[in-house]
Amino acid sequence: MTERTADPAVFRTEQIALVDLLDRVLAGGVVITGDITLSIADVDLVTVSLRALVTSVSTLVESRERSA
Amino acid sequence: MAAKARCVWLYAVAAEGGRYGFAAGGAIPADVAGVCGGPVRMVSADGLTAVVEDVDEREFGAAALRRNLENLDWLDRTARAHHAVIEAAAERGPVVPMRLATVYSSEAKVAGMLRQRAADLHSALSRITACSEWGVKAFAAEPAAAEAPAPQEQADPGTEPTGPGAAYLQRRRAQLTARRSSREEAMISAQRIHADLERHSVSSRLYPAQSPDLAGRQAKMVLNAAYLVTDERADEFAAAVADLAVGHPSVRLALTGPWPAYSFAGDPETAEQP
Repeated sequence: MTERTADPAVFRTEQIALVDLLDRVLAGGVVITGDITLSIADVDLVTVSLRALVTSVSTLVESRERSA
Repeated sequence: MAAKARCVWLYAVAAEGGRYGFAAGGAIPADVAGVCGGPVRMVSADGLTAVVEDVDEREFGAAALRRNLENLDWLDRTARAHHAVIEAAAERGPVVPMRLATVYSSEAKVAGMLRQRAADLHSALSRITACSEWGVKAFAAEPAAAEAPAPQEQADPGTEPTGPGAAYLQRRRAQLTARRSSREEAMISAQRIHADLERHSVSSRLYPAQSPDLAGRQAKMVLNAAYLVTDERADEFAAAVADLAVGHPSVRLALTGPWPAYSFAGDPETAEQP
């Protein structure tokens, strides 16, 4: 992980961290229901490492419970 | 042998045509590979254009997706490819990003969705036009290891226990107290920082804190927020983050972005509803 040094008070990384990306692509974005083949909210992320990685799991569980 | 079964992966939706060139037949630069490695193309209906890719059902159909989403390497690769296409599209003009793994059985179903959701999608587009998303994370700055005991922890001399074990416990307790109070201070700072950044943004969204192991830092995360910021105020926003970092030594701040407006594309009140 590289960090910019131009502004010592705030650190910025050059490469996108997967955990930041998953926050956005799994919990953000427009959610479409209906004709899609599978809603990600219907996927039970059972792999422990994956559940830990995806901080948005709680969001997914909530949306699954709401639509149930 | 039968032809491979295909389905359609949806990346983003844009307003059709205009100076951005979002139109059926349009394409994203060829050097941006989609999730299935194929070319990315466009489907239009009702003044909207969807950015899509034909994908192999054996990897991206419902059953395969359910399995593959559990595979961290696949998820990493696919999330990055999804993001790369959305970013390339966002360079052309405003786009509404779709959640990962939005897959249709046919192009006709995508066009049907554009017609059915046209009003929502147009209003999402107008909400995010000329804006970008910025991520701000705050981590509690750990106190120095050899910090002196906090005043309230200095025991009454009359009851002070003796012996190396007791001294260790006392030192340990002082360390824990110092860490706890520095975390409380960090959480108060996080609230103030968030309140301040809300004033520099159009809207905001709070995400759950990331686990320390996975965030790549041992420090406790006390803020994980996304802000929708107009492009003309982007420099002002970054400057505000830098000022806040200086003004709040109990936290370290990390800024990410600009991101396509992932966290602000759906209507928070209705997006999750069927």
